[in-house]
Amino acid sequence: MALRELKVCLLGDTGVGKSSIVWRFVEDSFDPNINPTIGASFMTKTVQYQNELHKFLIWDTAGQERFRALAPMYYRGSAAAIIVYDITKEESFQTLKNWVKELRQHGPPNIVVAIAGNKCDLLDAREVPEKDAKDYADSIHAIFVETSAKNAININEVFIEISRRIPVVDAAGGISGRGFKLGRQASESRRMCC
Amino acid sequence: MERDSHQEGEAQVVKNCDPPSDCVPTAETLATSLSLLGNHMFPDPVEKNDSTSVDKEEHATLHQSKVTQKEQHLDAESHSNQVNKLEAEETENSEYQNNESTKSVDRDAEDAGTDNDQSESGEFVVAMLAKAKLEEQGIGVKGRSSLLLEAGTQEPAAFMSHRDEDVTADSWRQHRKHVFVLSEAGKPIYSRYGSEEALSSTMGVMMALVSFVQSGDNIIRSVYSEGHTVVFLQKGPLVLVCVSSSRQSEQQLREELLYVYYQIISMLTQASISRIFEHKKNYDLRRLLAGSEKILDGLLNLVDSDPSFLLAAVHCLPLASSLRDSISQILQKAITPNLVFSILIAKNQLLTIVQEKTVIEDTRLEPTDIHLLLNLIGASSAFQAGEIWTPICLPLFNPDCYFYAYISYLDPPECTVCLLLLSTDKEAFYAVAECKRKIEEAMVAQNSLSLIAKAQSYSVSQVGVSDLRHFMYKPFDVPDNYRQLTQFTSPEMEAPYSSEEEKMRLLDLYRYMHSRIHSTSRPLKLIYQVAERETLLAWVTSKFELYTCFSPLVTKACAITAITKLLRWIKKEEDRLFIRYPPKYSTTTNPSKSSRGGKSDQQDSTDNGFLSLL
Repeated sequence: MALRELKVCLLGDTGVGKSSIVWRFVEDSFDPNINPTIGASFMTKTVQYQNELHKFLIWDTAGQERFRALAPMYYRGSAAAIIVYDITKEESFQTLKNWVKELRQHGPPNIVVAIAGNKCDLLDAREVPEKDAKDYADSIHAIFVETSAKNAININEVFIEISRRIPVVDAAGGISGRGFKLGRQASESRRMCC
Repeated sequence: MERDSHQEGEAQVVKNCDPPSDCVPTAETLATSLSLLGNHMFPDPVEKNDSTSVDKEEHATLHQSKVTQKEQHLDAESHSNQVNKLEAEETENSEYQNNESTKSVDRDAEDAGTDNDQSESGEFVVAMLAKAKLEEQGIGVKGRSSLLLEAGTQEPAAFMSHRDEDVTADSWRQHRKHVFVLSEAGKPIYSRYGSEEALSSTMGVMMALVSFVQSGDNIIRSVYSEGHTVVFLQKGPLVLVCVSSSRQSEQQLREELLYVYYQIISMLTQASISRIFEHKKNYDLRRLLAGSEKILDGLLNLVDSDPSFLLAAVHCLPLASSLRDSISQILQKAITPNLVFSILIAKNQLLTIVQEKTVIEDTRLEPTDIHLLLNLIGASSAFQAGEIWTPICLPLFNPDCYFYAYISYLDPPECTVCLLLLSTDKEAFYAVAECKRKIEEAMVAQNSLSLIAKAQSYSVSQVGVSDLRHFMYKPFDVPDNYRQLTQFTSPEMEAPYSSEEEKMRLLDLYRYMHSRIHSTSRPLKLIYQVAERETLLAWVTSKFELYTCFSPLVTKACAITAITKLLRWIKKEEDRLFIRYPPKYSTTTNPSKSSRGGKSDQQDSTDNGFLSLL
C-alpha cells in the first residue's frame, strides 16, 4: 500500500484546543488540565485512506503571541492547515480570520484549509453562530466542522476530509521546507516501489 | 545623624542578633582547633555592598511630602519614621573609604542600626500596600467574579486556585513569599498569587515607591518590617518585587528575583523586552507571557524547595562514571551542524551534558541557565506529548539570542528521561530529530534506559557517620577545571526531615547559615550552631563550601571528625557524584578532532582539590 506523508499544522488562538484535538486524534484521550504548548509539538499518526496510507506529520503550534513569529516555519510546506477557534470565544474567531489572511499571503499556494470550531460541547456558552462560521468557511473554500475534543466529536472527520481534499497526485507541497524534503523523498521512493 | 543611629543601635546589638550571637568566637575556636584559620583566610569584603542606610532627616521629610500627596489619608506620624534603605551612590563611597579603619568595629552596630530603622519604615510601606489593597476591594471582587464566570464555562480545574485567589483575603496575605513583576509604567506583568488585574493598584503603589526614590537619584533596595522583607530589583524596563516573611537575607531574596527575571528573559530575550518598551512604554507584557505563568510559578516553587538555587550550583544524578561516560559518548556521536548542547535529564536532575567544543571555549555554561532549562521541562507536562521544538534563550550565555530547543522524552509514558538538544539553527528540527533517533537506538542497544531507571539519589547513611543527618557540599572550581559546570552534591532528605514542613525548616536553617557565610557586611568562614533540634556546621574554604546537619547532641569534636570522614567519602565517590569531565564534540570541523580533544581534556584534569586541605 502506498504511503503518503502529509504535513498538517494546527493554528489558532491560545486555549482554543489545538493540542486537545491532536491528542484526541493521535492518542484518543483527553486531558482537561492540559498545559499550554510551548513552541510547537510534533506528532505523527498513520491512517488508511482508500488504498493509501496517509501518515500525518502534525505540527501542533502554540497559540501564544510570543510564538507567533515562528508560525511560517511550521506552515511552510504544509499540505493542510487546521485553523481552530473556540465557539465560546468570538475573539478566537477573529484571530482565525487573521490566520486565513496570513496563509493566503505567505502560505503554500495549494494548502488545504480546514476550519474547526472547537468546544462544541459547550453549547450554552456559544458566541460564534455555526452559520456565520460556515458561511465564512464556504467563502474561502475551506473545510468546516464544529468539533469537540472532549467528547470526540468530528475529530477524525477533519483528518478524513483533509485526506479527501488532498490532490491525488502529490501537488501539495510546492514550496516544501528543507526538513520536509527528507520526508517526501522517503515517501516518493516508497511510491516507486509499488 | 548616621553616627547617632550607630550608637543607638549599639544597645540593640544583643537583641537584634537573635540567632546564635556567639557563633563567631565558637567558629574561631573550632577553626583554630583545626589549625586551618591561617590557610584560607576568607578575603576581606572588598566588594562591600553599595548600599548604606540613608537616614538623613531631609530624606525622610522629602518622602513625607511627596508621599502624602499620593496617600493623604495616612497620618503624618508614620511618615516621620519612614526610612528606606537606599542606594546613595554619590555620597557613600567616600565615606566608606574614610572610615575604613573603623568599619569593622562599626559593622555590628550598623547592622543593628538599620534593622532598627527598617522595622518602622517597613510598617509604613506595609500599611501603604495594605491600604492599596483596601481600595482594590472593588476591583478585586470584580476581577474575581469575572474569572469565576469564565471558570464556570470551562472545567473548574483544581490547579486554577492560585490565579483566582481573592487578593483581599487574609489567606492571600499570609503567603510566605509573594513575587510581583511590573513594568516601569506600573503595569502588572506577574503575580505569584492572585490575578494581576486585581493587584494593579498594589503594583501601582510599588511603582510609585520605586519612581519616587528614583526621582532623588537613588534606588530603592529594600524595606523591612517586623514580619516582612520587601526587596526591589530593577532590571531594564522591569521591576521585580518580593514580599517575604521567610526571614531570608535581602541578598538571597534579590538573587531569587534575579532568577525570575532570567526566566522571563529565557522566554522573550532581553533585547526584545527592551525593544518592546522603547517602542511602547505602557505595553502589557502579559500578552507575550500568556500561558507561561506556570513556568514562573514552577520556578518560584523550585527556588523555595531546591537548594540548587541557593548554592548557584547544579545537582546531578549520581551515576557510575562508566555508565555516565557511555551515555555521554552516545550523545557525542549523534551530532548535526549547529548543534551546541546535548543535555540528558533524568528524574529532573542533570545526567550529562555534552557541549560544542568551540562554543564552550568562549563561554562557560552557567548553573543558572541549566536551572532555567530544568524548570522549563519540569514545569510543563506539555513536553510529554510528541517532540517539541521551541526557541529558548539562555540568559547568562547570551541574553539577546535564541537557541532552538528540541525536547523529547525517551521513555514514554513514564517520562523521566528527557533529551534536550540545543541548536542555533531554527530550521534544524528534522536534522536534530534524527540525532534523537540515533541516540534512542544506541541507548536501546546498550540498555541504558533501564540502567538509568535504577539510578537514584543516595542516603546519608552510606557515608557511615552516625550523627550526620544531611549535608550539602559544593566544590569550587580550581583553575584546571575552570570550564567546568559548578555542581554540588547532597543526599536525600530523610527522617526527621521527611515531611514537607521539616524539609523546609532544614532548608531555612541552611539559608540562614548561607546568609551568614555570604553576608556582605561581615562574612564568616565557619559557623557552628547548636539549634533547638539539630546542630549545624557550615564551612567555606577556597576549595569548597559545606553545610552539614548533625543530631543535636553531637559534640564539636565529633562534628569535626565527622566532617573529615565526610570529605574522605566524597573524595572517594566524586566520580559518581559529579560530572567530572563534561565531554565535548565539534560540529564545525571533523568529528575525529573532537573526540581527541575530549580525551586530552580528560588527561589534563587534575585533582579537584577535594582533600588537599586535610
